[in-house]
Amino acid sequence: MTPLAGYLLVAALLFAIGLGGALIRRNAILVLIGIELMLNAANLNLIAFWRYGPHPEALTGMMFAIFSIAVAAAEAAVGLGLIISIYRHAQTTDLDRINRMKG
Amino acid sequence: MLIQEGAAAAFHPQIAGPASFAVRNLWLVPAVPIVAAGVIALLKQPRRKLSAGLAIGSLGFSMLLAFVAFAHVAAGWASGVAVRETVNFTWIQAGTASVALGWVLDPLSAVMLVMVTFVGLLIFIYSTGYMAHDENFTRFFCFLSLFAGAMLGLVISNSILLLFMCWELVGLTSYLLIGFWYHKPSAAAAAKKAFMTTRVGDVLFLLGMVWLFAQTGTLLFYNNGAGSMEGWALGGLISAHAGLGLTAAGAIGLLIFAGAVGKSGQFPLHVWLPDAMEGPTPVSALIHAATMVAAGVYLVARVYPLMQAGAAANGTTTALIVITWIGSITAVFAALIAIAQNDIKRILAYSTVSQLGYMMAGLGIGGVAVGMFHLITHAFFKSLLFLGAGSVIHGCHEEQDVRHMGGLKAYMPWTFATYAIAMLALCGFPLLFSGFWSKDAILESAKGWEISKGPYYLLVFGAVLTAFYMTRQVSYVFFGKWRGHHPAHESPRVMVLPMAILALFAVLLGLIGTPAWPWFRSFLEGHGAEANLSVFGEPAFLMLLGTSCIVVFLGIGIAWWLYGNRSPAAEEPDALEKAVPLVWAGLRDRLYVDEFYDVTVIAFYRAWARVANWLDRRVWGGIVAGVALAFRGLAHLDRLIDESWVNGGFDKGCEELSTGGGLLARMQTGRVQTYLRLLALAFVVLAAILIWSSRP
Amino acid sequence: MNGFPILTLLTVLPLVGAAIALLSGKHARGVALITALIALAGSLLVWTKLPADGSIGLVERAAWAPSLGIEYHLGVDALGALMLVLSAIVTLMAVDASHRVHHQPGLFYGLILVLEAGLFGSFTALNFFHWFLFWELSLIPAFFLIKLWGGPRRGPAATQFFIYTMAGSVALLISFLAIFLSTGSMDFGTLTAMASSGALGQMVTAHLGNVMPWLAIGVLAGFAVKVPMIPFHTWLPAAYSEAPSPVTMLLAGAMSKMGVYGLLRIALPIFGVQIAAMRTPLLVLAVITVVMGAWAAAAQKDLKRIFAYSSVNHLGYCLLAIFALAIPVAGTAAQNNQAAALNGVILQMFNHGLTAAALFWFVAMIQLRSGGLRGLEDFGGLRKAAPVFAGLMGIAMFSSLGLPGLNSFVSEFLIFRGVFPLSWVAASVSVLGLLITAAVLLTVIQKVFSGPLPEHWAKFPDLHHSERLALAPVIGLMILLGLVPQLILNSVNPTVVNLLAHWRF
Repeated sequence: MTPLAGYLLVAALLFAIGLGGALIRRNAILVLIGIELMLNAANLNLIAFWRYGPHPEALTGMMFAIFSIAVAAAEAAVGLGLIISIYRHAQTTDLDRINRMKG
Repeated sequence: MLIQEGAAAAFHPQIAGPASFAVRNLWLVPAVPIVAAGVIALLKQPRRKLSAGLAIGSLGFSMLLAFVAFAHVAAGWASGVAVRETVNFTWIQAGTASVALGWVLDPLSAVMLVMVTFVGLLIFIYSTGYMAHDENFTRFFCFLSLFAGAMLGLVISNSILLLFMCWELVGLTSYLLIGFWYHKPSAAAAAKKAFMTTRVGDVLFLLGMVWLFAQTGTLLFYNNGAGSMEGWALGGLISAHAGLGLTAAGAIGLLIFAGAVGKSGQFPLHVWLPDAMEGPTPVSALIHAATMVAAGVYLVARVYPLMQAGAAANGTTTALIVITWIGSITAVFAALIAIAQNDIKRILAYSTVSQLGYMMAGLGIGGVAVGMFHLITHAFFKSLLFLGAGSVIHGCHEEQDVRHMGGLKAYMPWTFATYAIAMLALCGFPLLFSGFWSKDAILESAKGWEISKGPYYLLVFGAVLTAFYMTRQVSYVFFGKWRGHHPAHESPRVMVLPMAILALFAVLLGLIGTPAWPWFRSFLEGHGAEANLSVFGEPAFLMLLGTSCIVVFLGIGIAWWLYGNRSPAAEEPDALEKAVPLVWAGLRDRLYVDEFYDVTVIAFYRAWARVANWLDRRVWGGIVAGVALAFRGLAHLDRLIDESWVNGGFDKGCEELSTGGGLLARMQTGRVQTYLRLLALAFVVLAAILIWSSRP
Repeated sequence: MNGFPILTLLTVLPLVGAAIALLSGKHARGVALITALIALAGSLLVWTKLPADGSIGLVERAAWAPSLGIEYHLGVDALGALMLVLSAIVTLMAVDASHRVHHQPGLFYGLILVLEAGLFGSFTALNFFHWFLFWELSLIPAFFLIKLWGGPRRGPAATQFFIYTMAGSVALLISFLAIFLSTGSMDFGTLTAMASSGALGQMVTAHLGNVMPWLAIGVLAGFAVKVPMIPFHTWLPAAYSEAPSPVTMLLAGAMSKMGVYGLLRIALPIFGVQIAAMRTPLLVLAVITVVMGAWAAAAQKDLKRIFAYSSVNHLGYCLLAIFALAIPVAGTAAQNNQAAALNGVILQMFNHGLTAAALFWFVAMIQLRSGGLRGLEDFGGLRKAAPVFAGLMGIAMFSSLGLPGLNSFVSEFLIFRGVFPLSWVAASVSVLGLLITAAVLLTVIQKVFSGPLPEHWAKFPDLHHSERLALAPVIGLMILLGLVPQLILNSVNPTVVNLLAHWRF
């Protein structure tokens, strides 16, 4: 059986890739995808910790991850909706040119 | 001797013991005229008849009650009882001490009541004629009624406080009536002078009163043995010492006497009385001859037990000696000035001052009866003189200078006849006139005074002067030729009638006080009187009679020799002026007493007023201004510091804050990724910290 | 304990009236009149509900800030209730006297009513904090009334008045803070009890050292300014003469009494021993206040300044009696001296309030008729043109100079009756004040009402009916109280006995 450290390593890598994407890419959709990656890294961690935790027989970790995936899906939907509305407004998805939050 | 007393009760006069009808209702005597005055005050000016009627009616009612009271006392006296009935009540309570008021009916107050109401009523009637054409007729009767009420209240007071209150009220009415013709500046000034001069005495009287109250714990004169004029209180007053070798009784007595000096125009506070002649003549007759000025004498008589308390073997006390000397000096001093006056009323005014001096001396030497007898007789003949003078002034069209009169006996026979009677009574013309008997009693007791013969000689000299100035006045006014401009006329009947009645009494009153039948003295002193005609044959009496005759005829004779039937022109210098011009000038100018006060008391008053004002504006105000200035200086200093340091530092701080704000603001780019970067950075830092802190 | 909070309501009433007056513009005078009338009725009701034994009645107590010793504690004895009645009467007179306020009438009457509330509050408070609040509260409307509606030199006058009184208040406050720090109480009753047992002095000395005399001086300074006592009086002539006459009536009639009241309610009960120790210098100052106040009046040419200084003189008698009675005594006779003096003081407060307010009212009417003139030399012979005016003002002036039969005489008699045995020198010198006041007031009568009537005053209007109607009760009260002073003294005397029993010198 793969030791816990292996899962954690993969999750950290996934998180780093997601973070890098979210920070570097200018396209709003790609930033959203990066964020999704980070979320999934977190989910992977949750499952791993549950499976190697003191009570692997209970389904708590699984439930937690499923909830998290559901919330992520909803968030992605909202995020995409926002991006579309911003696009309609600004005719671009380049985040560097969208600075209306500056107040 | 049996003394009847009423007892003190709380608040409402409750009568305990044998209080008679007369004493129970005695308060009505002053109350009715005062109420009448209040009603008249509310009447409109044109209600002349009603106001005069109210005034006369109320005083008439008071007179009837006064007669009832007098009859009650006289009946008591006749049956061998010395009546002294009181009604006392608590006015206010201070601590446990009560401030009590009350009234007393005894021979002294009874005699005074009858005199005041009777003379007052006659003068009221006279006034309806004298003031008939005055536009303020109703106001005049309002003031007169108020005066009568206050004076009667003064007479019946059994409480020194009530007496003082009435005392001030008569002062007020005197002020109002002297200044009755207020549009004349001289009248307004004279009114103020009268009030102020008497008030000098009054504040001393006030001190004497509060001292007496504090020392004895009571304000009442007579209160079943607990009053201040009764044994227990007097004993305490004698044993308490007040410094300067005086007992408390002596010191209080002198303070009270100071009040009497002011009111009765005694030297050195006599200056107001001659000026008071600015008032209408009936006022001069009533207030400044018969009643109010005599209130000082009455006051001394009322507190005589206090004055006499602790008498030495020679029967006298310091207070009485002072009274005697002040009285004697006043008698001569005023008589001297009267010689050189030309205003008919001023002569009479100085004569009043002089006669009041006689009364005071009589009280000081001979006791209550002697002083009071002269007070009563004087009230009649002096008010008659004033009414006569008023009649003359009226008849001569408001002329008051005797040099512009003359020969009036032909024009005004009634006035002349009554005036002559009063004048002879004042001079003390032997045997026939009341003034002779009352003045003789004073001279007789002065002659027997053990302390000094000075007063006797002064009073005798004063009697010569009296005869002299009255003869001078009468010969100027009634004898010789008419020197006026318009022909004089006799006064209306309503004025002559009261004069005639007064003249009758100016003669008859002597009968009640002759040495042969000294009814007046025995009535006041509460013992029986026996007629004893043989007194007239005694050498002591004859000797006195002789002296009196010499004195009177000397005065009249010299004056007649100088002035009689001469009718000098008005501009011509006076006969005496030709003889002794310097002395004459001094006397004419009233011996410079007014001038002396002007340069001392009044100048001092003005100077101190200025000093007080200066202190206020410069010193006290200056200190405040200085403090204000100092504060203002501090404020300026503060501003300086503010502007240079404090403000500078503050501004710097503000600038830095805004710079910092700008830096922070620059971070808000509005770009989502900037925020995200920050978040990531924060995440890394947080993770680092967590890892760092969780290391073993 | 009375269940019905009448004192609170009485204090709130003028504030409510003030709010309404502020909003009612032209009708403000009517609102103010009605409020003042109700307040008068209320204060009279309080007067009738006093306990018969002279103790403090109608007490209202509630916790406020117990940790700071602050408590909502109200109550009156005859002294407080009499001052309530006086304030209500004087306010009513002042409102009645202010006829022609064109400039912001709502604010004017509102401020007057706030001032009344301040007076009511300070005359009923029994806790220092509460009392001090109202003491200062009354100052603010007075300042604005002078500053906004005063005469030509109103600015400096108002500022001087405010700063001066404020400085006194600060001294007062500091003293009380010291007392509070040492004892933990600000309640007058508690402090009085502590003072009379001697505990107060010990506690203060234990906490702060020997500062009691300085605290007493601080408190006295606060009151001396308010009364005022010479030499703390220089704000007075300016303030009295520059303030509009109705406000002068309030200042002289009611506010000056706050000082005397404070001496009786606070200074004597709490600092009795210290005041007794300073009695001689204080008496000297009181005598100076009496005599020099009157004398300074003699030098004035302005009617308002004359009456202002004569006010100083009259309140000087109060000071004289207060300081004279601050001496340990034994025996009924001596206690009666104190009682007479204290009765005199309380009655004099009322009488002076009534008379001074009336006199300033008359000055207001003279100004109204003459287009603002009020110089002594500006008039003459007015008695001919306006006999009723002259008569009524004459009565008020004779009341002021202490004529028997009018109100002031009784109180002055009682004061001299009490003071003479306690300090005969002070009493004997002070009678000079009686003389000089008489001379001053008679000069006023002589110059204004007597002599020939100048042509241009021939049409000087006499009092018309509404004025006669308004003045009649005041003059009537002067005569009534002169003849029947027991209307007041019957209630005051038990309080006096009660107060003296709790004081220790």
